[in-house]
Amino acid sequence: MADVIEVGAARGDAPPPAANAARRAASAGRTRRATPYLFLAPYLVLFGVFGLLPIILGLWLSVHQWDFQLPNRPFVGFDNYKQLFSSDSAVYGDWWQSIRATAIFTVLSVPLLVVVPLGLALLLNRSFPGRTFFRAIYFAPYVLGVAVIGLLWRFLLDANLGLVNRLLGAVGLPSDTPWVTNMPWAWISLVGVTVWWTSGFNAVIYLAGLQDISPELYEAARMDGANAWQRFRNVTLPGLRPVLLFVITTTVLASANMFGQSFLITQGTPGTETRTVVWFIVEEGLRNNNAGRAAAMSIVFALLLAVVSIANFRLFRYKED
Amino acid sequence: MTTPTPTTDGSTPGLRRVGLYATLVALALIFLVPLVWMVITSLKTYTAAQQIPPSWLPNPLAGYGYEQILNNSANPVLRWFLNSMLAATLHSALVLVTASLAAYSLARLRFRGRGVTFALIVGTLFIPPTSLIIPNFLIVDQLNWIDTLAVVVVPGAASAFGVFFLRQFFLSLPNELEEAATLDGANQWQIFYKVVLPLSRPALATLAVLSFLTNWNDFLWPIFVLFSPDQLTLPPGLGLLQGSYVTDYPVIMAGAVLASLPVLILFVLAQRHIIQGVSRSGLKG
Repeated sequence: MADVIEVGAARGDAPPPAANAARRAASAGRTRRATPYLFLAPYLVLFGVFGLLPIILGLWLSVHQWDFQLPNRPFVGFDNYKQLFSSDSAVYGDWWQSIRATAIFTVLSVPLLVVVPLGLALLLNRSFPGRTFFRAIYFAPYVLGVAVIGLLWRFLLDANLGLVNRLLGAVGLPSDTPWVTNMPWAWISLVGVTVWWTSGFNAVIYLAGLQDISPELYEAARMDGANAWQRFRNVTLPGLRPVLLFVITTTVLASANMFGQSFLITQGTPGTETRTVVWFIVEEGLRNNNAGRAAAMSIVFALLLAVVSIANFRLFRYKED
Repeated sequence: MTTPTPTTDGSTPGLRRVGLYATLVALALIFLVPLVWMVITSLKTYTAAQQIPPSWLPNPLAGYGYEQILNNSANPVLRWFLNSMLAATLHSALVLVTASLAAYSLARLRFRGRGVTFALIVGTLFIPPTSLIIPNFLIVDQLNWIDTLAVVVVPGAASAFGVFFLRQFFLSLPNELEEAATLDGANQWQIFYKVVLPLSRPALATLAVLSFLTNWNDFLWPIFVLFSPDQLTLPPGLGLLQGSYVTDYPVIMAGAVLASLPVLILFVLAQRHIIQGVSRSGLKG
């Protein structure tokens, strides 16, 4: 590295012996041209092996019947895909059951995960002593992993020993709700836990967006006699549009990828009603050894999410006009 | 919902201020009580935890839960803790090194193929990582990494987030810095190492903390690629603990406390970095 500077500095000076200079200049030129690629190289190795290769490998797997334990992994064309869509295949019922579970969870959780954090952000978007403290407390559950959250809430929601039923009983409400074992309670629990766990995250994103809205806009609205609701409707919401789009899109994706909560808290119960797509894919691919079929599911799922995200984008773009 | 009045003036009248704090405290309790309950239960005896109604204070105060998890050859929780610590630290370091080098190249150097490379990297941000789990499993299997430390340290570092995040930050640094350093005869490596990195400490700290948290908390990947009790990290370990102790809640909660403490401490110490990292991730949208 050091001789790069030397050469660079030498250039302005009287030329050193010609052959030597040419050799050194050429080597420096090579070093310089190679520099950007050398900087990139370590990451690109990781990215190539664990970022790009899995995409190609996934496509390849999806057209093979791939069992980790069998030596023969024949090419089967689009059979793995066809099975997902033909009602007489063995996997059809479970696959669509998992899509249904994922859709239910997404539809129930996203509105709450968009609105509740917005409420928290509006509450925190004022100047008062202790603001940072409360923000930290609302955010705190988010730094814990789903394993901790899962164990904790499985306990809190335990029908007999759980704190939730005990507290409900203490205020005269039914104290024997089977939160994690029966419908519709299992869904309510999964959605509730997720709102409790991740609201602080979206709230912090909203807060950053709120702080970007110029105070003058509020001042002007107030001068025009706008009340609190009108200021929210006509200043806050339009100002938050890009952040709102971001929050909705990422929250839909996060909810659609839900796994740990149902794996640990409801454990799929009752039956397999709360088994989500991600769960079913890893179960099929890594537990039941149908890697080819699971790869096909992953691809269908990724495309489905892409369609939903694009639809989201369109919907909010149009509203803007 | 409370009245949506995002005012910036601090002149809220007294009564409304009381209402504000009442709301804030009520919400704080909702977020905190479950966590406090986890700690309280971890300090109870088995019998005390089975009591109905449960008592708010662990009486008698018992180390039972912690004794169970610390002297337990079937569930070596301390080992899992160390594995998690090692994995998250190494992962965080790997992300910092590879992402900062790549981001510097993409943000500040000109070379053929830069646009395509960046587009390719950012493009993968739109692919849900869960949909790559099956092929990634095959890859780590081929590498003979299953049930080793590498399997929870390395693959996640391919995420485009770090590169994207640091590139944004490097782009915001003024060009004059490099020009001055170049005039002083510094090469690209020296500019990167001696000028850009020191100026980027806040962004690097944010990325380091976020990478550590993500790795520490990862659950879906390790439960399928780690098997032997000695190789597990805490999240899959906690699943195992729940399986063996079922309703022995002091033990399970002691495990949960052990898995929570490091990240809660990290959160308290690096709150600014975490919050900033999260809010910046939203502004890119």
